[in-house]
Amino acid sequence: MTAQEWVFTALAVVGSLAAFRLVTTTNVVHGALFLVVALAAVGGAYLLLAAEFVAWVQVLIYVGAIVILFLFGLMLTRAPIGRAALDNQQRGIAFVIAVLMLGGLVYLVQSAFPWDSASKIAPTAGAGSTATIGDSLFRSYVLPFEAVSFLLLAALIGALVLSRRDDR
Amino acid sequence: MIRLPLALFFSAVLFSAGVYGVLARRNAVLVLMSIELMLNAANLALVAFGQRHGTPSGQVLVFFVMCVAAAEVAVGLAIIVSIFRMRRRLSVDDLSHLRY
Repeated sequence: MTAQEWVFTALAVVGSLAAFRLVTTTNVVHGALFLVVALAAVGGAYLLLAAEFVAWVQVLIYVGAIVILFLFGLMLTRAPIGRAALDNQQRGIAFVIAVLMLGGLVYLVQSAFPWDSASKIAPTAGAGSTATIGDSLFRSYVLPFEAVSFLLLAALIGALVLSRRDDR
Repeated sequence: MIRLPLALFFSAVLFSAGVYGVLARRNAVLVLMSIELMLNAANLALVAFGQRHGTPSGQVLVFFVMCVAAAEVAVGLAIIVSIFRMRRRLSVDDLSHLRY
């Protein structure tokens, strides 16, 4: 394993631990903070894969905006604390399903991309750079780009309308 | 030089944790957070494959997925806040009016 793979493994361990603690914690605000750690670990993984644009977009949008939204949502809905308030009765079946899914995915990845002869992600000098992405975004993907801007406008208006109080 | 299956294993672990969170959590905000975990796992897989093939399409798709996730979280939290205002509790077990 190269040095980058060691650092990636360390980041993956941190992110996985944060994800496990997020789905098992009894304190919702702690869960939001574990989500920050998991999202930051994924951002670090993007950096290691030489995808610097999405790495910083991840930090900006996910850690910087979406987690703040979650914390506001928790504050506005009076976050409960305790195992009974946060977990429902299906924990056992959910655990079995999650373990089966993990096993299936690991087997799939191992059979399709064996560890010993796996292709390496070796990005060349300009392959995933921001200039290339901007080029591709505004040439090949300009129609989804405009559609996403409509989607964001619709989400903005929808969120405003939904959270308005009924008394005028 | 990171091997492709290493990134995919990390993505698989995040995805399974998100699946457990969606199925086993009762608070609606926690369910939304687990959905965000699953979306991030998919994003990581997209970036890994895009970098392996050398095209920028992986990262462009991740950009779109992040925009859609942001819109979904905004609208989802607005719905959750208005549900809480009506019912003063947020357990997804109680929100079963549309059943039968």
